[in-house]
Amino acid sequence: MAMQINNLRSLTIAVCFIPLLWVFFDIAFDNLGPNQMQALHIRLGDWALRFLWITLAITPVQTVTKWRGMTDYRQLFGLFAFFYASLHVLAYLAVDQVFAWRIIGIDILESSYIWFGLIAYIIIFSLGITSSKAAKKSLGKSWKKLHRFIYIAAGAAMIHYFWQLKGNLAEPLFYLLIIFMLLGFRAVIWFKNKQLSQMMIPKGRASIDTEAD
Amino acid sequence: IWSAVPKSRFSADALTITPADHAKNYNNYYELAFNKEDPSSLAQSLRIDPWSVEIGGEVEKPGTYQLEDILRQQTLQEYIYRFRCVEAWSMVVPWVGFELGDLLKTAKPLSSAKFVKLTSVQQPEAMPKQRNNAMLEWPYVEGLRIDEAMHPLTILAVGMYGDILPKQNGAPLRLVVPWKYGFKSIKAVVKIELLKRPPISSWNKFAPNEYGFYANVNPDVPHPRWSQNSERPLGSGFFTPRRQTELFNGYGEQVAYLYRDMDLRHFF
Repeated sequence: MAMQINNLRSLTIAVCFIPLLWVFFDIAFDNLGPNQMQALHIRLGDWALRFLWITLAITPVQTVTKWRGMTDYRQLFGLFAFFYASLHVLAYLAVDQVFAWRIIGIDILESSYIWFGLIAYIIIFSLGITSSKAAKKSLGKSWKKLHRFIYIAAGAAMIHYFWQLKGNLAEPLFYLLIIFMLLGFRAVIWFKNKQLSQMMIPKGRASIDTEAD
Repeated sequence: IWSAVPKSRFSADALTITPADHAKNYNNYYELAFNKEDPSSLAQSLRIDPWSVEIGGEVEKPGTYQLEDILRQQTLQEYIYRFRCVEAWSMVVPWVGFELGDLLKTAKPLSSAKFVKLTSVQQPEAMPKQRNNAMLEWPYVEGLRIDEAMHPLTILAVGMYGDILPKQNGAPLRLVVPWKYGFKSIKAVVKIELLKRPPISSWNKFAPNEYGFYANVNPDVPHPRWSQNSERPLGSGFFTPRRQTELFNGYGEQVAYLYRDMDLRHFF
């Protein structure tokens, strides 16, 4: 049984690296089109966003399927969101701007869509480096508070996406719809729990653990 | 077919021309699609033959002219121009065309003509986004001040890379104003009107705080959501720094006088 779970975990990790191999493949075979730098940004940004959404989908899936033990996968997918977001930032700094700090400074100051990307990345970075069990233990109660910032990161990433487009909104609207569903699910659970705990107040105990985050 | 066309005195020979395949396969043509990959195939169903252009408004001689007749009157030249998109990518294209001013003169503009309005083709059966009334108001409209329109840098192009203009690049006839952001260079022109008052261009109408009437390339005036300080030339490789954007896209020497008393931040 343990063997099987380990295999599944290794398989998941391998699958999560496929988008990166795909990017390397497209670079090697010159498949990124006339504006390959832009294509690279979109590709890595898209995967960071997708992994962030998958991470946020774990809790609802766990609640619906009542399948326990998915928390490890939530951490895994979160780390892959961190990984692709880091590549996205690194590609911007090193491959696109080639560390021309003056131009980077102007670009960031004048581009409000980058501010939101930066907010999202700072949060994801903080969550990434505090994702280990040891960090969870040492941070105690504040760990959960800190990791709730993932919702801010999701919102900022969404604005970052919308804000750099001139018009084509079909794809970002798709991501927006998903995040609304994921957050809507949590809102429903939160509301239900609140009702439940209110009903239980007469008994003097309101200890329903809100698993939905 | 136009390999023997003489070069314009404004043609910049020192520039590295963007590979033709890039210019033909990375197009903003919002009537067709909102991405840059699909217009090259979708444009092929456009009907461009026969093609006529209506010239009207504040002119002595309004009329509708067949494109062949216009071309018979005009001298074609090659113009190697920088092209800077408002989305911060750029290219260098060898256009084949003639001065817009030369065409306008044939209609004898009245002294009351202060602005020029250009209108794109309306072919909803061939243009999906026109059919769905998506995003912008169709047909696409652009405008210039009369002195901008009469400036010798401003051309109507019928070709590029020594060949006939591809449909996705605005065939059979498009405007090219090299010191302005690319969206000013309206494609598939069917109507040219000389007006007393400034026309409202399509992007200006859609988002007035983001896309001004002038839309002059200016590294010091950012778009409200992104910087215009630098640009990514099409076809440039990884680890190649971005190009520093130039005021008036590098045509300041020729055009800066048109705007000498204007606050370019206000008239963006």
